[in-house]
Amino acid sequence: MPTYGKGLRGLSIITLTTVVAALALVFFYAPLDANQGFIQKIFYIHVPLAIVSLCGFVFGGILAVMHLRTGDRRYDMRSYVAIHMSLIFGVGGLITGSIWARASWGHWWVWNEPTLVSYLIVLLMYATYTPFRFSIEDPERQGRYASVFAIVAGAFVPLNFLAVRLAQQYVHPRVLTLSGGNLPGPMALTFYVSLLGVTLLFVTLWKYEMAAKNTRIQMRSLRRRLLGDDEIRPPQRSAAPSL
Amino acid sequence: MKAAVAILRKDLLVELRTLETLPAMALFSITTFVIFHFGLNRPTVAGQLAAGVLTVTLLFAGILGVNRLFVAEREQGGFDAFLLAPVDRSAMLLAKATALFLFLAALEVIAVPAFGVLLLGPSLGPPLASLIVVLVLADLGIAVIGTLVSALAVQTRARDVIGPVMGLPLLIPALIATARAIGPLLGTGGPAPLPGKWLLILALYDVVFALVAYAVFDFLLED
Repeated sequence: MPTYGKGLRGLSIITLTTVVAALALVFFYAPLDANQGFIQKIFYIHVPLAIVSLCGFVFGGILAVMHLRTGDRRYDMRSYVAIHMSLIFGVGGLITGSIWARASWGHWWVWNEPTLVSYLIVLLMYATYTPFRFSIEDPERQGRYASVFAIVAGAFVPLNFLAVRLAQQYVHPRVLTLSGGNLPGPMALTFYVSLLGVTLLFVTLWKYEMAAKNTRIQMRSLRRRLLGDDEIRPPQRSAAPSL
Repeated sequence: MKAAVAILRKDLLVELRTLETLPAMALFSITTFVIFHFGLNRPTVAGQLAAGVLTVTLLFAGILGVNRLFVAEREQGGFDAFLLAPVDRSAMLLAKATALFLFLAALEVIAVPAFGVLLLGPSLGPPLASLIVVLVLADLGIAVIGTLVSALAVQTRARDVIGPVMGLPLLIPALIATARAIGPLLGTGGPAPLPGKWLLILALYDVVFALVAYAVFDFLLED
C-alpha cells in the first residue's frame, strides 16, 4: 500500500508559498480594471477555481477508466477523492462567479451566460455522484458503478459546454482563447500564478485526503489484527470507497 | 444479435400483456398538457413556448419508462439468467435501448396528436415531417442515456430517485437541442426550415453517448 504522506510537507510549503504569492500579486501588483475596478480581482480566484474543478472532474473520469481497466480498487479511491474535491472547488467557483456577475452585470444569476449555465449543469450532474455511491451497498459494485458514472459524466462535460454555448450569445469575457488571450502583461502574470496556486492547492488537498483515508484503513487492519475481528465495529455504510 | 432480438421480443411481449408502462406514459403526458394549460393560463401555445411544453412533457413521460426498464430484470432474476447465457453483454444494451426507443415512439404517436388537439395553436400538419426527424433523433438520445442511467440506478436502494436526478442533467444538452430545433417548426406563421445546427448537435450527442454506453455497459452486468 503506497503512503500518500510522502513529500506532503514539502508540497504543502510550496503550495502555501504559491497561494500567498498569488494573493499578494492579486492585491498589490495587478492593476485595477478600468471598467470594473476592484471587484474584477475576484476573477483571479473564480477562473482558476472553475478551471481546476473541471479538470478535476475529467481527471476523476480518467482514474475511473484506469479502475475499470485494471480492477485495482485504489484507482476508485483516487477517482472518488478527485471528484469530491472538484465538487468543493466547483461550488466555490459557482459562488464567486455569482458574486462577480452581481457586481459587474447587476444580477446574481444570468441565464444568457453559457459558461455559468453549463457549469451549473455539470455541478448538478456531479452532485448525484455521492448519493449514488451511498445508495449502493456492496462495496465492489459501488466502485464499479461509480466508475461507470464518472466516465459517462467526464464525457458529458465537453459536450454540455458545446451545447449550452451554441444556445446563447455570450457575454462572458473570453480570457483564454486559442489565439493566446487578451490579458495585459501584469494581469496575465497574476492570473497564471493564481492558477498555479489553486492547482497546487487541489493536488495538496487531494494528497492529504488520500493519506488520511489510507491511514484510517491501515489503522483498521492493524487494530483488527491486534484485537481480533470482534472488537472492531463493522464499517458503517459510506459513500467513500473502503478498499 | 440473436440474443438482443430475443430480449427485445420478450420485453415487447411483456409490455403487450401487462401494459404496465406505455399507458402510464401516455396518460402522464396528456395530464401534463392539461397542467400546462392551467399553469400557463393560455388556450393555445405556439413557437418556442410550444416546443418547450412538448419537449418537457415527452422527457418526463420518458423518465417513467426509464424507471421501469430494468425493474423486472432485477426483481425476477433476469440479470442472473442473462449472465449465465453465453452471449455478448452488449446485447442487453441494444435490446433495452431499442425497447425504450419503441416505447418513446409509441408514446409520441399518442402524445403529439394530443398536443396538437389540446394546446398547439398552429396546425400540426405542415411541420409534421420535420418534427418526426427531430423527435427520432431525440428519442435515440433519450433511449441510449435512459438505458445507461436505468442500468446504473436499478441496483441502488433509492433507484426511483437516483434515476431521474442523474438522468435529467445528462439529458439537458439533448433537451436544449430538441427544444431549439422544434421551436421554429411550430411558429404561428407556418413552419420555418429545420435548423441544421441543432440536428447536428443532437446527432453528435446520440453518437457520442452510444459509443460511451457501448464501452462501459459491460461493467454494469458483471457479478
